[in-house]
Parts: sequence; structure tokens; C-alpha cells
Amino acid sequence: MSKMTLQTEGDTHIVITRRFAASPEAVYRAHTDPKLLQKWLLGPEGWTMPVCINDAKPGGKFRYEWANGKRSFHVTGELLELEPYSRIVHVERMHLPDPTPDNHVETRFDADGTGTLMAMRMTLPDAHTRASMLATGMERGMEASYVRLEGII
Amino acid sequence: MHSVSNLDAAFSALADPTRRAILARLARGEATVMELAAPFEMTQPAISQHLKVLEDAGLVVRRVDGTKRPRRLAKGGVEAMDQWLAMLRKALEKSYDRLDEVLASMDKPKRGEER
Repeated sequence: MSKMTLQTEGDTHIVITRRFAASPEAVYRAHTDPKLLQKWLLGPEGWTMPVCINDAKPGGKFRYEWANGKRSFHVTGELLELEPYSRIVHVERMHLPDPTPDNHVETRFDADGTGTLMAMRMTLPDAHTRASMLATGMERGMEASYVRLEGII
Repeated sequence: MHSVSNLDAAFSALADPTRRAILARLARGEATVMELAAPFEMTQPAISQHLKVLEDAGLVVRRVDGTKRPRRLAKGGVEAMDQWLAMLRKALEKSYDRLDEVLASMDKPKRGEER
């Protein structure tokens, strides 16, 4: 399995790519079906997604809520374009609890041999927002680090 | 190599969204307290308090320039930000590793349809 790549592009973009050993249709479904999203879009160990609403149609809204003990946060967004099974365009924001500026995301699923190459391109309003997001989006990663720290101490 | 207590101090300092935003701003270049306070709608004393936490954690250093004391990211601050980015990467990788398992367990297309 090829490794994920995460790169900044220009001042306002973040591009993530990952290859999957499944058809574009399967990967697309795993990105739009709430029952499937709840199984994998969880970040580090310990987090669950008790609420996963995804109205997968143009103009549809989604809401993902994550929890880990007493900690929780959520993401809301709107789906702008859906091209089964090749492309999703949406906007999203994290609520921490104040909403972050809108992140505009285009996700492509292209057949690649026997699998799928996914490319997710995020566009933030400005360089400051992107820098803050790269710092703030690590809330959940931090939790995992604390757990690791507890193991060390 | 950081000692555990330094690492702990750095993570505690990074646990606050304002302090992470200050680090994100300083990652783009040095700035005075006044410049740092402007986008946050906070008073300069409040920003100074956050800066003290960041300085005590070894993430931010100050320089003397006449009457100004511009702050910049310390080497440790750059490393801490890199570490945060690495953690975001890990969080995403963990999710996608799970997605591999979900995809493997999803209904397979009929044999004849497999590419």
C-alpha cells in the first residue's frame, strides 16, 4: 500500500493523496455513507463518532461529531458537487467551539490499476488560516500524545 | 532529545488555540506584541501572558530592537510545530488505515467484474 502524502501548495492549499486497494465506487461510498464513515474517520485511538449525518446530494449538509471521554468537537459542512464515483466538492468548518473559517475541499477518486488514487485538495481563505488549521487540526493528535506521555511518565 | 518535562511543557503550551495561532503567526516571521494582539481581539497584556507561557516552554524567543521586543519562533518552536504537523499526518494515516479495512470488508464486486 502506497503511503499517504500531505503537502502544502502555494499559500492556501493543502493536498493529501492516498492509494486504496478497492474500486473508485467503493472508496467513494466509504466517503459518503454515514455507516461506513463512522467506521474509519476517527483519527487516533480512543475517538468515536457518535453522530454522523451526511445528506449526500448537491446542497446537502453533513455533521460529524467526535468524542473521547469528556472531550468532543464537531465539523459541519455542505456538499456542493457530487459526481459518483469520481469527485466530491464540499465546504467544511470545525467547531472548537467557535467555527474555523471555511475549508473548501475537492476530493477526486481516480482508477489506478486495480485500485483507486484519492486526491483531496483543500483551499483555505488565506495563509494565516492555513497555518492555524495545520496547528489547530491536531487537537485529536494531541490527545494521543498525552496518552503516550502518560505511558512514559 | 527533549526531556519529558520539556515535552510536557511544550504540549501544555500548545494546548491553547490562541497560543497555537500565535505560533502559526510567528512561523511566518517575527512580530511585536502589538502586531500579535491585533488579529486576536485581545489586549496586549493577555497576549503577553500567552507569550510568557510560550517563552517558558522554550517555543518562542525575544530579541531587543531599540524599545521593541519582537518575538520569533525558537528552534524548539519550529520543531514543536513540525511535531504537530506529524501528528495530523498520523491521525489521517490512522483513519486511512482503518478505511483499508472497511474497504476490504465491503461487498466485493462479482468475480467477472473485478478489474
